[in-house]
Amino acid sequence: MAEARLHAAPERWSGLSPIKFVLLVAVLALIVASMTQVAPTPKQLADGVPGMIRLTNRMMPPNLDPAFLTRIFWRMVETFQIALVGAAIGILLSLPIGWLAARGVTPLGRGGYLVKAFVSLLRTIPDLVWALLFVATVGLGAVAGTMTIVVDTIGFCGRFFAEAIEDAEKEPQEALSVIGAGKVSIFFGAILPDTAPSMINTSLFALEKAVRSSVVLGLVGAGGIGQELKVAFDLFQYQNASTIILAIFVVVLLMEWATDRLRASLQ
Amino acid sequence: MADIFEITAAQARAGVAPNDLGDPVVITRDLRKAYPGGAQILDGVSLTIREGERVALIGHNGSGKSTLLKCLIGLHLISGGEVEVMGNTFTNRPHARVLRRLRLKTGFVFQNHCLVRRRSVLSNVVHGMLGQSGSWRGFSQTLAPQAWREAAMQALADVNLAAFADARADALSGGQQQRVAIARALVCGPQILIADEPAASLDPVSGRDVMDLFARLCRDRGITLLYTTHDMDHARDFSDRTLALRRGRIFIDRPSADITKRDLQETFDG
Repeated sequence: MAEARLHAAPERWSGLSPIKFVLLVAVLALIVASMTQVAPTPKQLADGVPGMIRLTNRMMPPNLDPAFLTRIFWRMVETFQIALVGAAIGILLSLPIGWLAARGVTPLGRGGYLVKAFVSLLRTIPDLVWALLFVATVGLGAVAGTMTIVVDTIGFCGRFFAEAIEDAEKEPQEALSVIGAGKVSIFFGAILPDTAPSMINTSLFALEKAVRSSVVLGLVGAGGIGQELKVAFDLFQYQNASTIILAIFVVVLLMEWATDRLRASLQ
Repeated sequence: MADIFEITAAQARAGVAPNDLGDPVVITRDLRKAYPGGAQILDGVSLTIREGERVALIGHNGSGKSTLLKCLIGLHLISGGEVEVMGNTFTNRPHARVLRRLRLKTGFVFQNHCLVRRRSVLSNVVHGMLGQSGSWRGFSQTLAPQAWREAAMQALADVNLAAFADARADALSGGQQQRVAIARALVCGPQILIADEPAASLDPVSGRDVMDLFARLCRDRGITLLYTTHDMDHARDFSDRTLALRRGRIFIDRPSADITKRDLQETFDG
């Protein structure tokens, strides 16, 4: 106890330098200033409530006409196909791209930074913008949607795969290198087995993300259920819209449940 | 060059007749290694190891034992001097082809075995063939050619682990994993086996078993063995010759049976 009294307790805000304090205040000021311009005021929220109630009333009951449900079912199948095929191709392409981008592993040396920058470019452009680009180049429909998901998945998985590869155990790689194994053999022999759980996890998140993205891609004409939703809103067919929203909810929920189960089984 | 003559003289004093030994398989000439901004780890090491010799390398922590082994196979770039392994000579910028050639003839066993934990024992041993031509099929036993699988099973049988071929590598004990690492190093028929403190992470009984296995397999197949150890019993019992490193230089080089307590004191206290 006597010895403890010799040492003063550290200051409460020892980690907060004057510069950090000024930056913190500046960020808070920016948020408050932005809120006054773009955040809804309580009055606006109160005025919107009756409109929301009116819209909800017009959406009820959802359209359960068998012919309509059949059409929605096939549109959902197409949406799922876009997500599945896009994610699968994207994940497969992300493997070599992640390897080429991984610092200390890439056979390209400093060229790996260019690959990393390319992956960042794919990730920073939103999927709806990619969809607009692909609709403009390959035309309306599911193909544009699939290409969008491919690009979006590479942006997501490419980064996480590269990080997993960088963090892979170095010793087995060194052991294979000493045997005389080439870089490709080391990737498949030592890196891939070590990073597989992390990559599978990332891939499942990518698939979930792809399902959510593919739902909205139809809003810009890139196929899938989003196209039906846009038509329903454009033609004020709110009962059709509510059925579509419920269908999307069920599919996304099922997808998350399935990927959660898969992730749990991999633990 | 002077050190080579000194070593030869030392061998002569120790009663090792040069004619009893095979051709030189490992030669270092004035080998130097310094880490960037760090101390000189190896400061002019010159040694010759002949075919079929079993050589123990001793020295205190930081004396440069592991560095020397890794320099011999080009895992660490050397700062000066020259290395010649099985007729493949390199200096501070070894050509990838030279390294590949010498690595095909050299087996290396690490202190902590360095197995791919999630792969099966058999796949880990098949990895030993990855340096062979057409090696891409060696990253998994599933895709490996039948001849490679058979060679790997034979190597596992040699280390008494054939029954564990299908088990995951990380399901084995430390001693068993080290034996898998030995099988991986031996599967492609190396002419030299280099081991960096192969028994250091094992309990005394497992450690002795592993060393015994090393010495027996190398003797039976005429493989040259070079290993580092901190255990003098391991140096004396499993090698013909002991080299001691002190301050980055070869300090003692004589038959292991002739190493005295005083030699050890000078090596480890120095």
